[in-house]
Amino acid sequence: MLIDWFTVVAQALNFLILVWLMKRYLYKPILNAIAAREKLVAGELSDAAAKKTEAQKDRDEFQRKNEEFDRQRAALLSKATDEAKAERARLLDEARKAADVLSASRHDALNGEVRSLNQSISRRTQDEVFAIARKALADLATVSLEERIGEVFTRRVHSLNGKAKDCLASAIRTTSDPALLRSAFDMPAGQQAAIRNALNETFSADVKVRFETTPDLVAGIELSTNGQEIGWSISDYLASMEKSVGELLKSAPDVQ
Amino acid sequence: MRLSSDQMIFWQHGFLKINGTIAFTWGLMLLMAIGSKLITRRLSTGLDRTRWQNLLEIVVTGINQQIEEVGLRHPEKYIGFVGTLFLFVAMANICTILPGYSPPTGSLSTTAALALSVFIAVPLFGIGDQGVRGYLRSYVQPTVIMLPFNIISEFSRTLALAVRLFGNMMSGAMIIAILLTITPFVFPIFMTMLGLLTGMVQAYIFSILAAVYIAAATRTRKPDAASAPAT
Repeated sequence: MLIDWFTVVAQALNFLILVWLMKRYLYKPILNAIAAREKLVAGELSDAAAKKTEAQKDRDEFQRKNEEFDRQRAALLSKATDEAKAERARLLDEARKAADVLSASRHDALNGEVRSLNQSISRRTQDEVFAIARKALADLATVSLEERIGEVFTRRVHSLNGKAKDCLASAIRTTSDPALLRSAFDMPAGQQAAIRNALNETFSADVKVRFETTPDLVAGIELSTNGQEIGWSISDYLASMEKSVGELLKSAPDVQ
Repeated sequence: MRLSSDQMIFWQHGFLKINGTIAFTWGLMLLMAIGSKLITRRLSTGLDRTRWQNLLEIVVTGINQQIEEVGLRHPEKYIGFVGTLFLFVAMANICTILPGYSPPTGSLSTTAALALSVFIAVPLFGIGDQGVRGYLRSYVQPTVIMLPFNIISEFSRTLALAVRLFGNMMSGAMIIAILLTITPFVFPIFMTMLGLLTGMVQAYIFSILAAVYIAAATRTRKPDAASAPAT
């Protein structure tokens, strides 16, 4: 007999027990674990989706802020550029003005230096000419320079004629003040008398003369009365020389 | 030569006895229960899993998928029965590689017991799913004339289930036993491999047929609550 009914019943019971065992120890734990993992994965996916949404939101916000920042930066940059241009123009203007002022002051200083140099040259030339003339006259004559000047002046008074003589004569006659005779050095009494005589002879009158010493004349004699003047002095020659030297300096290029 | 492990009697008292079929079945039950218990003792719900857990998950989800493909909507409801059928038959077959082992599925008593289990389980699932009237109405579908044919079909398929599995398993074991006496070297190994293959196929056929019968018993149920009732 191929079928043993006791075995059939026993195997059926065994099978039912095995079903219960498998359900208890295999299917339920495994299916629960799978369900828990699926739940975990679903949770993580939904979390990731939420994070993605949030990240997208943050990204949009960041982009918006970035664009806003760019706009503000461009506006600020434009404003700063304009201000910088204005400031540059103002500073350039100021610098130009300052340069003009400085240039003017330098020009003034240069002019001052030129004037000072002219004066120095004049003084030095006068001194040199005077010294040369004195030395030359001293070498050439036995009388002192002052005597020769007095003689020259006396000769000039004698040689007065024409309009100059008339003007001077009328000036002497119309004033009551004594005529002023200035000389660079104290004049000896003899020379003073010779000059006085020469004046009296020339103008046919008793001309009152007041003698005065003026070192500015360098060397020479000058007679002035009532606005009229006659004389001879090295100063005259020096003035002419100073004028020519001054013209020479003017024509020279500016000092850098 | 023993045709069945039923004839391997270890203990007997009256009609009560412990034969080879029962003993090997208990052995298989112990192996499966203890193995399952050991593997599922520390299950991981995270992404890191042990190889054994992976194996069991593949087996369980595979069975679930097969049940679902047959047409059963909630496979977790049927996996206890169908899955255990498959695992028991498969394990009984795989263990044939052990020397001295005789598969309990090579006994017609075991296959008859399994077929009877299916014979009883199918109407139970059908009644549980659509009620007694609904289930009994399925016997007179499409017409009343089909009633005797349906009843005959119930019995014949149960018999077919039992005999098919028994025939395949017993013949496999028998061929190996015969070949061992004739060509005891390499040839029985190939036959054992072939037996393993046919055994796995039989396990699949047996469990998938059970699932199909259950699906047929629950087929008249409406697909879902929103659709119109079947007429």
